[in-house]
Amino acid sequence: MPGITREEVAHLARLSRLELAAEELDHFAEQLDVIIGAVARVSEVAGQDVPPTSHPLPLTNVMRADEVRPSLTPEQALAGAPAAEEQRFRVPQILGED
Amino acid sequence: MSELIRYTAAQTANAIATGEVSAVEVAQAHLDRIDAVDKKVNAFLHVDTEGALNAARAVDAKRAAGEELGPLAGVPLALKDVFTTKGVPTTCGSKMLEGWVPPYDATLTSRLKDAGVVILGKTNMDEFAMGSSTENSAFGPTGNPWDLTRIPGGSGGGSAAALAAFEAPLAIGTDTGGSIRQPGAVTGTVGVKPTYGAVSRYGLVAFSSSLDQGGPCARTVLDAALLHEAIAGHDPLDSTSINAPVPPVVEAAKMRDIRGMRIGVVKEFAGEGYQAGVMQRFNESVELLRELGAEVVEVSCPSFTLALPAYYLIAPSEASSNLARFDAMRYGLRVGDDGYHSAEQVTALTREAGFGDEVKRRIILGTYALSSGYYDAYYGSAQKVRTLISRDFDTAFAGVDVLVSPTTPTTAFAIGERADDPMAMYLADLCTIPSNLAGNAAMSLPVGLAPEDNLPVGLQIIAPAMADDRLYRVGGAVEAALNDKWGHTLLEEAPAL
Repeated sequence: MPGITREEVAHLARLSRLELAAEELDHFAEQLDVIIGAVARVSEVAGQDVPPTSHPLPLTNVMRADEVRPSLTPEQALAGAPAAEEQRFRVPQILGED
Repeated sequence: MSELIRYTAAQTANAIATGEVSAVEVAQAHLDRIDAVDKKVNAFLHVDTEGALNAARAVDAKRAAGEELGPLAGVPLALKDVFTTKGVPTTCGSKMLEGWVPPYDATLTSRLKDAGVVILGKTNMDEFAMGSSTENSAFGPTGNPWDLTRIPGGSGGGSAAALAAFEAPLAIGTDTGGSIRQPGAVTGTVGVKPTYGAVSRYGLVAFSSSLDQGGPCARTVLDAALLHEAIAGHDPLDSTSINAPVPPVVEAAKMRDIRGMRIGVVKEFAGEGYQAGVMQRFNESVELLRELGAEVVEVSCPSFTLALPAYYLIAPSEASSNLARFDAMRYGLRVGDDGYHSAEQVTALTREAGFGDEVKRRIILGTYALSSGYYDAYYGSAQKVRTLISRDFDTAFAGVDVLVSPTTPTTAFAIGERADDPMAMYLADLCTIPSNLAGNAAMSLPVGLAPEDNLPVGLQIIAPAMADDRLYRVGGAVEAALNDKWGHTLLEEAPAL
């Protein structure tokens, strides 16, 4: 199994919304290459006819009755917000200028 | 130093119930202890003096009014800073959540409060529970009370250190790959990862949702059982909460009789990388189990050798998804919101500034394992390994009641020793990970000091899912036999702080 390149780490960091500094990128690329080299051993079982397990328990949806009940006030819900305005989360610009 | 801090939780509750001491006196003794030693230990990120004293006053008022007190009423506890606490900061050891005050209590927090447990504060941890040494905390490492230059384990190093430093008789941890058991082992304390789904995850900040499990940390097996009983049980707010009675853990902890039990020694957890003194204490423990009347056999679980690689694909994959919520929009840190950066740029700048190295590494690793082209080879294969590990457990438990192994391959290593070598750090969880992948129950309890460094060694006991009581039955018997042999508990050998 191939290792991981600096370019791949840079791409993954962009996908993960991590604005890594150049020296961080160098350091992580080196470390992740070692880690991936070690964990790649799992592919020994890739060809085996074994069902995957994603969770230790059989998962089922849990529903509650659709009833109005006490919940957080807008003030409580917004108390930890980095910025709030008129009972809403205030966020930086999402759409481009043009 | 008040003798109250040396009481077990059971003794403390009894002393309060009989009026020997007040809950406020007990709380104050522990707050004084924290004040005296925590500058050195750094087990706590936040001490809630007022909250603790108010909770203690409420217990005293209840007693004065003649109301019945629960089995842990008035007992102080150190809570890992990964469970939300209404009105009390919850940081997960991260700058991302520095100063965040949750508007709600985790189910576990509510249960502790309802039981009259006195929450002293929030304990230090590896950032978002990722690590085996508590060095990944954004707020500085915690020292191991046996030797402050060594790690207390992780991620729940703060909780384990608080117990070993006599800052609290009870603590709460979370165990995703060993974060309760490994700190327990290296600090000479008891730690239990209950069956997955036994303790509600509502209000537990998620790292790897299919693996995370809250559980009890204590200085004795009985205390751990009392805490287990208080926090376990069905919660409609957690869709993975098991709707079944809690196994009789307290009764089991008091049995002190393992005659006729069948115990399997996991063959794969020995050999290269295992410290001689750890193996010596482990082998003595196996001999002790025989002397106590158990039938001990060797058991092979061949796929356990793939558990560590599978874990370091599954846990980061789930983490990369779970930690996407830290987007700088609704709570926590926000960096770069200057009117020029877009929301996407603000998110990336904030995550760069707010997350530490290990969290970043795991987010990138998880994103890699889940990307198309690699998914089948990595995440898909890891899920197959998970099935094989469960099958190995099923085969083993068809022949034995519990399995045993060392909890960790080595005793506590020096702070800084593995800090920049992630693979060396990951090896600390070698023996604990299979139980997380399979979702069964496991305990670590102290079985002596390694002769070469005089540091604690942990025995791991593993039981099938929903048979958590077997851990306490075996653990209680081993603990009683060792205390008889030594004439005291192991922690009494810990140096004064």
